[in-house]
Amino acid sequence: MFDFDPMSLSRLQFGMTALYHFLFVPLTLGLSFLLAIMESVYVMTGRPIWRDMTQFWGKLFGINFAMGVATGITMEFQFGTNWAYYSHYVGDIFGAPLAIEGLMAFFLESSFVGLFFFGWNRLSKVGHLTVTWLVAIGSNLSALWILIANGWMQNPVGAVFNPDTMRMELASFWELLFNPVAQAKFVHTVSAGYVTGAVFVLAISAWYLRRGRHTAFATRSMIVASAFGLASALSVVVLGDESGYSVGEHQRMKLAAIEGMWETEPAPAGFTLFAWPDQEKQENHAAVTVPWALGLIATRSADTELPGIRELVAKAEARIRNGLVAYDALERLRADRSDTAARAALAAHAADLGHALLLKRYTADPRTADAATIARAANDVVPKVAPLFWSFRIMVALGFSFIALFAVAFWYSCRRTFTNPLFLRVCVLALPTPWLAAELGWFVAEFGRQPWAIDGVLPTFLASSSISSGQVLFSLTGFVLFYSSLAVVDVILMRKYVRMGPAEALHPAASAPRTVPAA
Amino acid sequence: METLIDYEVLRLVWWLFLGVLLIGFAIMDGFDLGVAALLPVVARTDVERRVAINSIGPVWDGNQVWLILGAGAIFAAWPAIYASAFSGFYIALFLVLVTLILRPVGFEFRNKIADPRWRGFWDTALTAGGIVPSLVFGVAFGNLLQGVPFRIDGEMRTLYEGSGLFELLNPFGLLAGLVSLAMLATHGAVYLSLKTDGAVRERAVSVVRVGAPATIVLFAVAGLWVAFALPGYALVSPVVTDGPSNPLFKEAARQSGAWLANYAAHPWMIAAPALGFLGFAGAWAATLRDRPGTAFVLSAGGIAGIVATAGVSMFPFLMPSSIVPSASLTVWDASSSHRTLLVMLVATLIFLPIILAYTSFVFRTLRGRVGPDDIRRQSGSLY
Repeated sequence: MFDFDPMSLSRLQFGMTALYHFLFVPLTLGLSFLLAIMESVYVMTGRPIWRDMTQFWGKLFGINFAMGVATGITMEFQFGTNWAYYSHYVGDIFGAPLAIEGLMAFFLESSFVGLFFFGWNRLSKVGHLTVTWLVAIGSNLSALWILIANGWMQNPVGAVFNPDTMRMELASFWELLFNPVAQAKFVHTVSAGYVTGAVFVLAISAWYLRRGRHTAFATRSMIVASAFGLASALSVVVLGDESGYSVGEHQRMKLAAIEGMWETEPAPAGFTLFAWPDQEKQENHAAVTVPWALGLIATRSADTELPGIRELVAKAEARIRNGLVAYDALERLRADRSDTAARAALAAHAADLGHALLLKRYTADPRTADAATIARAANDVVPKVAPLFWSFRIMVALGFSFIALFAVAFWYSCRRTFTNPLFLRVCVLALPTPWLAAELGWFVAEFGRQPWAIDGVLPTFLASSSISSGQVLFSLTGFVLFYSSLAVVDVILMRKYVRMGPAEALHPAASAPRTVPAA
Repeated sequence: METLIDYEVLRLVWWLFLGVLLIGFAIMDGFDLGVAALLPVVARTDVERRVAINSIGPVWDGNQVWLILGAGAIFAAWPAIYASAFSGFYIALFLVLVTLILRPVGFEFRNKIADPRWRGFWDTALTAGGIVPSLVFGVAFGNLLQGVPFRIDGEMRTLYEGSGLFELLNPFGLLAGLVSLAMLATHGAVYLSLKTDGAVRERAVSVVRVGAPATIVLFAVAGLWVAFALPGYALVSPVVTDGPSNPLFKEAARQSGAWLANYAAHPWMIAAPALGFLGFAGAWAATLRDRPGTAFVLSAGGIAGIVATAGVSMFPFLMPSSIVPSASLTVWDASSSHRTLLVMLVATLIFLPIILAYTSFVFRTLRGRVGPDDIRRQSGSLY
């Protein structure tokens, strides 16, 4: 089932390292804002317990932050090491947001994070608070630029093919910046991070309350987490990035695959609650459908039709044929750069050039492909439906359960007491769930992008470097072993500090671990 | 928009920025790498190790962004280099990444458990995280100067004919690696002499006394090697500076002595190697006179001179091909489009001054030395 060619191994490596990275990113996004909120309360009220909260959650933040940095470095370099043709083909556009991320966001976050940890005695109260806010803003801006880059992979706007350089080039920076897919993804992703941070604080505080430890500390932490978490959980679902799926052909394919919608349905389409999608026969077994729901959610209207998978495959086939005209013109132009007729023909059909490249999987020269091969290549634009269908449903179910959890938590925090043992137990058990939802979300977004590296522009199988399987196998094995060991150490240290509790972790000399000493 | 700044000027500006970012990385993260590499030399006891680690603890993270930004800027402005160099140096870069990853976790995890075996393990990891990247970055430059065995096909796919890591470890590559290691270790020692107190500071001063002359000697040997034994590359077709970025549209050849051609044509460029020598000589002298601040500025200048020497010698080449010289990547045919270079220029002109402003604020806030007493007093809150 799995191929050991350099491209497949590189995909596996990128997927693995991205999922590792995103174990740490959402907590950084959420916890940084929670720290800023807690410290703001400290500066406004002057009560030391709020500083202890900032510092203790900050210690856990630090362990997590180090892992985020450690796993993040790999992500950027992999485009060059493993996806060299991708880097050549779209670096002109894709590189810009990554570089601006460094200039505008990552520098800010990383320069001030040191002052957050080591600047408590060197800065005024307001000065330190400013530093904390800058770290939070920096990490969120960082997410913005990364998602602008990622959004462009899903919906490549503002770019044109240049036959002289054989690559895509930037046509409009503003289109890249205000790509609707990128905007939807940004809001959705950072909200998911806020939920992660809130569940983290909620679960650990609930664990303390269940044991009767650090009650004042844990109650205040829960109040902050409940309010922040409720707003975030609502935002992550209401502003879910499904809105982005109605933009662009392949985003529509992804939506159809997520919904197991093989045929185009009359508007507004129904939402399939449960089914067993059958890729071979292109149909669902045992489907349970809620009428109208999908059409209303995805198009925000009652009369916009959503295309089904078969209709989109037929469209892809037409685009492949059109792309062949562009491909032929490009070949003529490469033979003779002064061929103006070929240049004009290419320009007229360049939007479909990427579809002709799908044929390269079957033939070195796409122009020689027969009708059967074209039909086969058109069928390749359908991602694997069942994993997307199920991952998406689990993610959405978790999303709604977060709203319920935080609604209850908020109700308790309005009464300023969290004594219900069942509720506290549920809070503790909820700890791993936001990570599960976030990883599934990325899986849906990126696995659902296949077979494209850049939607409609560059197929994944063409995007890799000319490196050997042995090299990738070596690095893949190395990263998996290495990151897994680090992740284990990370969890051990987190547990150690959580068990130690705020009093002992912050004031090692203090002998009374059950109270938070005023400093 | 197209006429605001012409393509040739933009490419030159981005060549300069590439240099600025690489030098920024070598100066700022260079002292972190140097301190980490010297950990077993300058610090013997746990308290001493913590003195050394905490002297860079609050700033190394920001410094490392110079590397991230450098890579991002190469991606955005020189995508062909990003694609060809990173995939060509695959295993070498993997080693760099693994050892660089050991740094953030090493700093953060080391002090969380008191067991000496645990701390010893992370000390070794941090030392590797200092030595390996310093060495590999130099080896990479050494191989760029010699040319790398790649060709480019009609679809602009880079194809390698090299055998991987061990091919990079040739004599000149290793020499360049040693130049880089000596230069960054010396710079790290200068930083320690500026920012620490006690035994660590004394040992750091001894390291500078040996390291600065060693850097000068190694740099001189590499220079003589380039001058007398290492063929360079030259463009042999008419130079088009504002054409499309396609390396196959020109012709180039390998020529002995070509890496000295720029110095003959523009004698002022000798300022780069001169700065390399004078910077480290000055850092040595200033350290002897107990002027660590001056020494730091001078060793930073020395680093700038050495990195600039590599860039100036090769100009306009960025990554020559040893098997098909005409496929070499140069300033005139490996850049992004005019529009992308312009957008990135605007972004850089806005944000780089802001970065420099808050970086200096951070360093001012953290001014002063770290000594053994600080470690004992604030054991819980320091690394």
